Amino acid sequence: MANRCAIIGVGQTAYKTKRLDVSMAGLLREAARRALEDAQLTWKDIDAVVVGKAPDLFEGVMMPETFLAEALGAAGKPIMRVHTAGSVGGSTAIVAAGLIQGGVHDRVLTIAWEKQSESNATWALTVNSPFTTSLVVGAGGYFAPHIRAYMRRSGAPDHIGTLVAVKDRQNALKNPWAHLKIPGISREMVESTPMLWEPIRYLETCPSSDGACAMVLASEDAAKKAPAPPAWVHGTSMRSEPMQFAGRDTVSPQGGKDAAADVYRQAGISDPRRELDCAEVYVPFSWYEPMWLENLGFCGESEGWKLTEAGATALDGDIPWNPSGGVLSSNPIGASGMIRFAEAALQVRGQAGEHQVDGARRALGHAYGGGAQFFAMWIVGSDKP
Amino acid sequence: MPRPVAVVAFAQTEHSGEDRGMAEIEILAPVITEIKERTGQKQFGFTCSGSCDYLAGAPFAFVSALDAIGAWPPISESHVEMDAAWALYEAWVKLQHGDIDTALVYGFGKSSQGNLRAVLTQQLDPYHLAPLGIDAVSLAALQARAYMERSGAKEDDLRAVAARSREAGHGNPFALHLPAPEGDDYDVAPLRPYDVAPVTDGAAAIVLAAGDRARELCERPAWITGIDHRTEPHAPGVRDLSRSDSARVAGEKAGATGIEVAELHAQYTHEELILREALGLGEDTVVNPSGGPLSANPMMAAGLIRIGEAAARVHDGSASRVLGHASSGPCLQQNLVCVLSGENHG
Repeated sequence: MANRCAIIGVGQTAYKTKRLDVSMAGLLREAARRALEDAQLTWKDIDAVVVGKAPDLFEGVMMPETFLAEALGAAGKPIMRVHTAGSVGGSTAIVAAGLIQGGVHDRVLTIAWEKQSESNATWALTVNSPFTTSLVVGAGGYFAPHIRAYMRRSGAPDHIGTLVAVKDRQNALKNPWAHLKIPGISREMVESTPMLWEPIRYLETCPSSDGACAMVLASEDAAKKAPAPPAWVHGTSMRSEPMQFAGRDTVSPQGGKDAAADVYRQAGISDPRRELDCAEVYVPFSWYEPMWLENLGFCGESEGWKLTEAGATALDGDIPWNPSGGVLSSNPIGASGMIRFAEAALQVRGQAGEHQVDGARRALGHAYGGGAQFFAMWIVGSDKP
Repeated sequence: MPRPVAVVAFAQTEHSGEDRGMAEIEILAPVITEIKERTGQKQFGFTCSGSCDYLAGAPFAFVSALDAIGAWPPISESHVEMDAAWALYEAWVKLQHGDIDTALVYGFGKSSQGNLRAVLTQQLDPYHLAPLGIDAVSLAALQARAYMERSGAKEDDLRAVAARSREAGHGNPFALHLPAPEGDDYDVAPLRPYDVAPVTDGAAAIVLAAGDRARELCERPAWITGIDHRTEPHAPGVRDLSRSDSARVAGEKAGATGIEVAELHAQYTHEELILREALGLGEDTVVNPSGGPLSANPMMAAGLIRIGEAAARVHDGSASRVLGHASSGPCLQQNLVCVLSGENHG
């Protein structure tokens, strides 16, 4: 039986297009120090460090955990590096939580980041191995056909993506760390932006951000000494499926369904829309909100867009999605999943500030990656599981 | 008290010192097939792998590997951008939760498709070290010099390590079969070409199982009695390169005493001598009977192979207390120690 794991510290950097004032080490240290301050701990209280980021080509540094060891206070300690594509921020937190749940350590620092200004992520995502040909440019080029398939399958009207783009950006105005803050954001503004990958418009995509997110995870004993209310891990799950497989449904992948079922089972949830108070879900292109509403079982097939259209996912709706502004507002790729996990924790700790969902007690953090084939999720709560 | 977990199966490729025209996943796929057949398992409670995008020169090396292992229906899976020995560690931690009984771990790398020592330069601090263009062998030579000056070891001592490793490699059907060391030319002084592990392509896989499941899958499981890993600072100037503190601490935490056979991930001859000292391995410990990395060093799998080779000595009954070691980063920056025992646990 696994030990209990608590989140006792959360630290984020401001997410920006370019953080020219800090090195990668400086950026990570900023987030890590804020997480330690939140937990009122020092570097020496940490037993192990688990780091995550997306492909090394994003910054052009191979296995960067080696050069970051000093900055992360890891000298003399275990440090390991997780990489599961876009879901990595979530997977990294889950691997770190595992060290607590498995009884190996008492306090683990987990941190994920991307400093995209030191490279060009779109091209880093486009390079393929010499053995295959790439027919797409960037993540948008890969996902656009899947979105089009969703629209055709569900009968969703064209404006649903626009609604999500507006809603998440409105939430971001309440989040001090958010990258894109667009005062007066409106449907007209989104619709007036260029079409990048049909049907994805410029303002329906995530930005490229520099930023890092860190958490201090603790055993039950260590959490007793935490100064602020902890968030408790009620369940974690990871699922992966092949990218190329004839039976695969890229609109609503089986891996996402299975991971959701697994994490709901662990948390004792049968109706996520009713039993969860909010969710931070990986929506890098606006249309992924209705798609994931269905995939995660918040509604039936082809019903997701109706929930979005009815305002159910707005900050004042019955199931707020991405109160922080989500990936659409801040996207340091490797950190984006961990930000979802950390924001879910902030919500159930009552520490989400202006974008707090009143009385949130159970929240979902979600991340996906690769060709929508890697999934990482956790459910956190204000009560002990 | 950790849950008893054992290595129950180990498979590896016949490693290659030159490009055989296969992609990384073509190298990996037969190993996955073999280990599934040998254990009779098609599915595992958890899967974890180690690989590195920089060897392929393209992002997402592990994504295509998922296609090779047949991840359908979707599997519980993760990946470390490190040697697969750390994937084994992640899987061991997962098995400690108690809700799964088996895990598949694999690693693969095709070093031959780039200039490995130049590629490894990209692993260095990108602001201070990498722009200087220091390659991996030059850094290792600094360490070799530091070790020789402190210990009094001579170049002949290094050569003896290479000679013993290469000879042992001849008895290993999976290793490269390299000639006895000869010649006086340096690669980067004081290291000669035979002091440096060969560029190698290859893959390996291990199956871990817990408690009774381990006994069902293996006649004589190699129980993990201790596993730990540690890092040191990256900058070569802030640590004593002649010693390996991280290996020493990991060894102590893993309980590395009374070791009969040790498989060390020493990629240079002097690293074996530093590691022997750090881990307290005396004359009575047999080191790298497989030939070690100096006979075959497939990046991202070589550390996992050390654990597999050590476990194989338990499986075949030739030893009962063994050690597998893996390293990562320049000059033995990170070290993992896994102590395995044939004595019945759990």
